[in-house]
Amino acid sequence: MKILTRMGDASNVELTPDELRTEFVTGSEAAAVKAKIPTLTENEIDFLVDMFSAPTRLWGVQRGNEVVMTKDGCVNALNSSRMSSGVVAPVNREVGVRLFESMLGFDSMEVSHNDYSVKPQRFLKALEQLHMEILQEVTIFPLLYGFMPNLGLYYRPDGSFENPSDLLPLGKIDEARRTQEEALEACLEDCVEMSDCMVAMGADGIDYDTVASTGDAEFLAVLRTTEHVAKETGLPVEIGMSSEMVLGFHGQLEYNGVRLAGLWPHQQLELCEQAGCAIFGPVCNTNTKKTVPWNLGRALTFVKACTEIAKIPVHPNVGMGVGGVPMFETPAVDVVTRCSAAMIEIGKADGL
Amino acid sequence: MGTGDPAGMHLAHLLASSMGGIRAAGDLVARMQLSKKMRIDDAKKYVADKLHVTPLDLSDPTMMRGLREELDIGTITGVPGIAKGMAAKVRIAELLDIEINSVEQFKKKTGLVAGEKQFH
Repeated sequence: MKILTRMGDASNVELTPDELRTEFVTGSEAAAVKAKIPTLTENEIDFLVDMFSAPTRLWGVQRGNEVVMTKDGCVNALNSSRMSSGVVAPVNREVGVRLFESMLGFDSMEVSHNDYSVKPQRFLKALEQLHMEILQEVTIFPLLYGFMPNLGLYYRPDGSFENPSDLLPLGKIDEARRTQEEALEACLEDCVEMSDCMVAMGADGIDYDTVASTGDAEFLAVLRTTEHVAKETGLPVEIGMSSEMVLGFHGQLEYNGVRLAGLWPHQQLELCEQAGCAIFGPVCNTNTKKTVPWNLGRALTFVKACTEIAKIPVHPNVGMGVGGVPMFETPAVDVVTRCSAAMIEIGKADGL
Repeated sequence: MGTGDPAGMHLAHLLASSMGGIRAAGDLVARMQLSKKMRIDDAKKYVADKLHVTPLDLSDPTMMRGLREELDIGTITGVPGIAKGMAAKVRIAELLDIEINSVEQFKKKTGLVAGEKQFH
């Protein structure tokens, strides 16, 4: 018997039942070895094998196990380009957010600009404030304001700070570290400004997305911003990461005495909790050369290590190219629904 | 959640795992996760107790469609006279016994609450 599933690039692949089981087991072991966390149990592997062996197109959680959704990227999927899997629908941000509430029945939504990085959004501060303010008048579900800190935009040629990627190959380690320390302060300032200005607009929270995409300096900027926002304004903060491990572009930065470089999701969670974060979004990137079962087994192992120790809700990212979902701009529902349900039934996620 | 075209990503998660927002009681549970950092089971229990239903009922659009209209906290389908937008959130804040930032800002603007209450 052959079971039809997909690779991490979304192409079809057929596996025998034994091969399917092996994919889940080895994916889980890959995460466990790296992060020094437990693998999935035999019962959990059995559940996943049954789920993927079923020939049905769709899968779902058991009734009563549904969770809430938080959303990044605002309505980019509606009105943006293929870069955001956007379908270029002729709707503006206000209409799009209302459609997510009424047409898609979303549990919450994020307001953000199409560009989605804090640096350009800062120049549109008044517009951003107005759209949050107006949408709060007409919607019922919680609305967070969101952006990517995207520290990379602060380096040359996009920004004014020397680029550590230019300095490191020249062996200028100290200079590369110094420019990251300077750039993170500028990024932090923008993050704080664009968060604080949403308090009076009635925002229900702030969402920092794709965090640490530029490594440990960016993660530090977000942790310090979160600490400020949580303590000074009381606004809830959601932190969604960019990958399973924090890259050590700097290598020596610490938060509360913990070195940030090389942290895995369950370790990232603990620091986010200390900073005052309300919802944590772990991320595990999809390996396109491996199968979806391998990627899902790996992602679930990271997520389970988080939910077992979490004091706050955990919303793992299950978009295109993360959380076991294939890296393809039109994700296939047969694997998206399975990754979705598995994150809750096995990963014990509080939301997605 | 993450990126993907609406049919492949948002509809898929909606059908597979979501509480359904104001179609059921997903917005209310999300508010408890955000405002009180409650994990999913605690958040569901809190909301269910306030609504005098079971946690299972909170994801049931059949049960919640009628209850939301009865409580006047906003419905997904258009019903003339039922609370919408800010009016629904004023009632939700009272029902769940929480502060909703936009409601507090609205009260300040309209002078419905004396003094200068700050959201914290």
